Amino acid sequence: MREPQLMMPNRREFVRYGVAGLASLSSASIGPSLVQAEESISPLLRPHFPARAKRVIFLFMLGAPSQFEMFENKPKLRELDGQPIGDELLTKMKFAQITEQRPSLLGTHVQFARYGESGAEISELLPFTAKVVDDLVIIKTMQTDEIPHHPAEVFMHTGTRFFGRPSLGAWVNYGLGTESSDLPGYVVLQSGMRPRTKGSIYASGFLSAAYQGVPLRDGAEPILNLARPAGRTAEDQRDMIDAVRQMNLHRSQLTNAPETLARNNSYRLAERLGETAAEAINVGGETPATLAAYGVDPAQPSFARNCLLARRMVERGVRFIHLCHGDWDHHSNLRKGIASQCQQTDQACAALIADLKQRGLLEDTLVVWGGEFGRTAVGQKTVNADIGRDHQIAAFTMWMAGGGVRTGQTVGETDELGCFPVTQPIHVHDLHATMLHLLGLDHKRLTYRFQGRDFRLTDVAGRVVSELIA
Amino acid sequence: MGIGGAIILAIFIGISRVGEVIAQPTAQINFNLDVLPVLSRACFPCHGPDENARQANLRLDTKEGALRTDKPLVISGSPEQSKLFQRLVSRDPEEQMPPPDAQQKLTESDVEVVRQWINDGAAWSEHWSFRVITRPRPPMVERFDWPQNEIDRFILDRLTRIGLKPSVQANDQTLLRRVTLDLLGLPANRDAQRDFFSDERPDAFERVIDRLLASPHFGERWGRHWLDAARYADSSGFEGDPPRVVWKYRDWVLNAINDDLPFDEFVVQQLAGDLLPDASPQNRIATGFLLNSQQDGGSETSRLDAVVDRVNTIGTVFLGLTVGCAQCHSHKFDPLTQREYYALFAFVNSADEAKLEFATPEQFARRDALVAEVASLTAERTSYAATLSAERIKSDPGYLERTANIDSLTGRIPTFESAQVLQPATPGRVTTMFIRGEFHRPGEPVSPDVPQILPPLPPGSRTRLEFARWLVSADQPLTPRVTVNRVWQHLFGRGLVETENDFGSQGSRPTHPELLDWLASELPRRGWRLKSLIRQITLSSTYRQASHHRLDVDAIDADNRWLARQSRPRLEAEVICDTALAAGGLLSTKIGGPSVFPFQPDGIMINRATPAPWKISPGEDRYRRGLYTYYWRLTPHPMLQTFDAPDAITSCTRRQSSNTPLQALTLLNDPMFTEAANAIAREIVSSRLENDDQRVNRMFQLCLTRLPDAHERKLLNQVLNRARSPLTEGTSGKTRSAENVERLAWTQLAQTILNLEEFVVRE
Repeated sequence: MREPQLMMPNRREFVRYGVAGLASLSSASIGPSLVQAEESISPLLRPHFPARAKRVIFLFMLGAPSQFEMFENKPKLRELDGQPIGDELLTKMKFAQITEQRPSLLGTHVQFARYGESGAEISELLPFTAKVVDDLVIIKTMQTDEIPHHPAEVFMHTGTRFFGRPSLGAWVNYGLGTESSDLPGYVVLQSGMRPRTKGSIYASGFLSAAYQGVPLRDGAEPILNLARPAGRTAEDQRDMIDAVRQMNLHRSQLTNAPETLARNNSYRLAERLGETAAEAINVGGETPATLAAYGVDPAQPSFARNCLLARRMVERGVRFIHLCHGDWDHHSNLRKGIASQCQQTDQACAALIADLKQRGLLEDTLVVWGGEFGRTAVGQKTVNADIGRDHQIAAFTMWMAGGGVRTGQTVGETDELGCFPVTQPIHVHDLHATMLHLLGLDHKRLTYRFQGRDFRLTDVAGRVVSELIA
Repeated sequence: MGIGGAIILAIFIGISRVGEVIAQPTAQINFNLDVLPVLSRACFPCHGPDENARQANLRLDTKEGALRTDKPLVISGSPEQSKLFQRLVSRDPEEQMPPPDAQQKLTESDVEVVRQWINDGAAWSEHWSFRVITRPRPPMVERFDWPQNEIDRFILDRLTRIGLKPSVQANDQTLLRRVTLDLLGLPANRDAQRDFFSDERPDAFERVIDRLLASPHFGERWGRHWLDAARYADSSGFEGDPPRVVWKYRDWVLNAINDDLPFDEFVVQQLAGDLLPDASPQNRIATGFLLNSQQDGGSETSRLDAVVDRVNTIGTVFLGLTVGCAQCHSHKFDPLTQREYYALFAFVNSADEAKLEFATPEQFARRDALVAEVASLTAERTSYAATLSAERIKSDPGYLERTANIDSLTGRIPTFESAQVLQPATPGRVTTMFIRGEFHRPGEPVSPDVPQILPPLPPGSRTRLEFARWLVSADQPLTPRVTVNRVWQHLFGRGLVETENDFGSQGSRPTHPELLDWLASELPRRGWRLKSLIRQITLSSTYRQASHHRLDVDAIDADNRWLARQSRPRLEAEVICDTALAAGGLLSTKIGGPSVFPFQPDGIMINRATPAPWKISPGEDRYRRGLYTYYWRLTPHPMLQTFDAPDAITSCTRRQSSNTPLQALTLLNDPMFTEAANAIAREIVSSRLENDDQRVNRMFQLCLTRLPDAHERKLLNQVLNRARSPLTEGTSGKTRSAENVERLAWTQLAQTILNLEEFVVRE
């Protein structure tokens, strides 16, 4: 593992950079020793215990997909379709938007079948996912605390409903550093609708800005300010950066400041980013077979292209790859909407799993799929629109694959109407604790002192769910 | 190299270990600094202030509890006889404390501290920050040539004790750049450089300081520090992130700091300006401080969230205490119960937000008349519509004419300049505890009060005003300590108490407790005037030292806690922008007014739930200082974000200073910086300087307040000459005119200088 390149937060590191500085300063020439000085940086951050996964791909399904049209086959719900719910459910269920006094149950219109050795039930809307079910663990009893979108989005990513806290991806990079010397440790790829809470879900909060997610942009300039100013050639730019680094090094002979070398290091990375980021997002070199497997049109930004990019990021050592795709918020027109979303995502998700597996990358890459919550077993009626489902936070479905996950199983069971867990409720905090665990991090020890308190991703909760771990 | 590096590493760590031992300047155990942190960490979670967590009915956080005479736990002078000590060293899992499964473990040196403390007589005293501020006498020191004032004697005394000498004074160039950046956040311009460098008088530096303290830009620099703490932003945050018109509060802060409004009044006006007798509009604008909380619609939960933020902000900014911990349970480490939290809460709970508008009586009257007219016309239209059938309304000429008329009048209703201000809620609210901090579980009612550990409120009424006055009263020790510590932090990159927002028992100890108290006692003596305090500190030899690392210092004190040199902090986002724009003469010197929209790359404002404008401001407003940049909480300006500007969500009393490739990309390629470089180049090319060397010198001086040395000049000339040479790669076949080439070459050179590490660092 290499030094976390994007950061420089504490004294120990200064000392180490300082050592590099001393070594280089003893040498009179500037040329090769400059590079050596900047590169002779040893690994610092280690996991708390042996890691099962080295990196994460989080496929965040913005707006909350309906589990009833994808993973939760509830014959009873279909049987009672259209029946008003009983008193008990009425008092227990929470709604975000439904105002009807006594809403009615909504059985799904889609067909389910069992797939793979595990015999997991998958709907007809997910024909590709159906082929990789044995590589997944499907969790049907996910729970969150927040019923409106924006706090729930933030909660899923930061473990609290408050804005301004570090995202999961920032915590992971804070804990493990980045493996990539050429790309940021936390990359965000977006398609469809953008998160309602925008950058809050990939922010670094009180952690250093070095850990924040870097959104890759569509178009010629995937990272902000990557493009040179008009009229400046690549050679000019190289001359400038060389001069900057040499002058910095020269100045540091007077100031002895170790942080100067760290800044030189950043310029080296910045210089490479221009090439590496452009190369990383260029899918032109992928075989037609791969492109077809993902369903990618190279010229079109899409969730599918982002899945392929995620694999390329994995190959380049990016620690946390955050895909965000929306909108799954089907309060109305569920039938049409969910078919369209599944059509945009199903093939690529499955292709990503298969592709990672085939390249031997799945075993140490953790892939997690899910939205900020799920959707209700009752229908939501809107004037002049087809029926939809409201928000459900007491039970929803997510899946995990890859690094250290016990795949080929379903964890957690809901009641016959899919409203509440019957076994094994798994809270967002538990998911976070488990994800960190798989990465070799103890969620209780991964802390950051801020305003006098040791903060954690899991706040004061979270348990590692052993059933999810191989 | 690899092997050499490893050997050096080993030696380095070796020295640093030894150094840490040396760096403890006192061998005697100090209860406050040594013992209390151990007890607090290991014992207080179960035997501390939190009554719900307390085990065995035993308190170790009070003298009465720890040193009880009935069944004593501590036998003064005999650690081995003391039950407290026995339990710490016991190997019996039943006896052992903390219990084997506890999260907090004790190290051998922790145990040794407790042993020595008991051995030395088990003296008990209050946690240092809660004690009354005394006025320590500056120590006598052996060197008379170094100290400029009392501050230096405190610093030198410690340095001498650990065997370090202070650094030499920084050279004039560095000093001028340093103090101009620290006090104004701007580079020293050519006049300032000429004046200072040619001033032979012994008090030349003092004159610079006085000039800077009198500059109206001082308020912008130090106002920004305060706005960080005040979590100032131009929008309300959360998903909707609607705009808020609050810049008059920002300007109030700037003006108050420029006028050197005594800090005690500065505080009282911001917390309770609306309650002052005959409160002026300015007094009321000041209350924007509390209102800067994020807001999410009008629900009671959202209001309570904002009140929690206000209480926590007061805790952080004035008391240096993590009061927020006590929202859900009594504090685990510090003497603050949950009830006391809600007693603080009660001071700010009964206040609401109001809009204060600024216009002449005639303007108000005109608007009132317009509003009344619109209302009456609308009423008339309604009765007219009642005569029509529902289908006809939309096409009835009489109805349409009335509507057009109403719309046109509505469009003429003026909006006035405004501010959001605090006013007492009517009727007042009764504050209750919230069980586990959950708003849907109210507990007992609580009346306003201050924590018991601190001096009591004077008898009489207990409004926000009395509370604000108490915060800055003579015998409340936290506010002055916390305040001078932050001033110190802004001038040295680190406070005397490193945890500037936690002066509780889990915070760090002051490195120089006597100096901290001396400064804290100076503040009221100087009429709470911060300019006077800043003047005193910047005049000290300590402040004027060179910031270069020294091997002898790094070996003993790698963190530079004992200040044998100045620090080299990275500059803040706004200062980096401002300096670049100022060097080329682009920066507008206009002070105050509505927030502005400088250049920002495309794609930042897309896909907000509610669209927000970013139309680049015309004229000089495009080049205003960074603190005037419109701050959308959901989508802050990317340059600010990249360089660690605070998110304005919770109070920020110290900024991060990261180093990332994205920062390098910003300085290299962001059109704003290219524009600044271009302006610098224009200035140089159009000057009457004769040759390249002179021009390179001038450019370097504008950006860094110093001349390049021979080697630097050689490297800069290389950049310049290569940029001038015929292109090796064609730019789409076009040839560049000679003039163009020259301008581009100098622009490139300027931008090279803007990218030097020195440019983003205060040396």
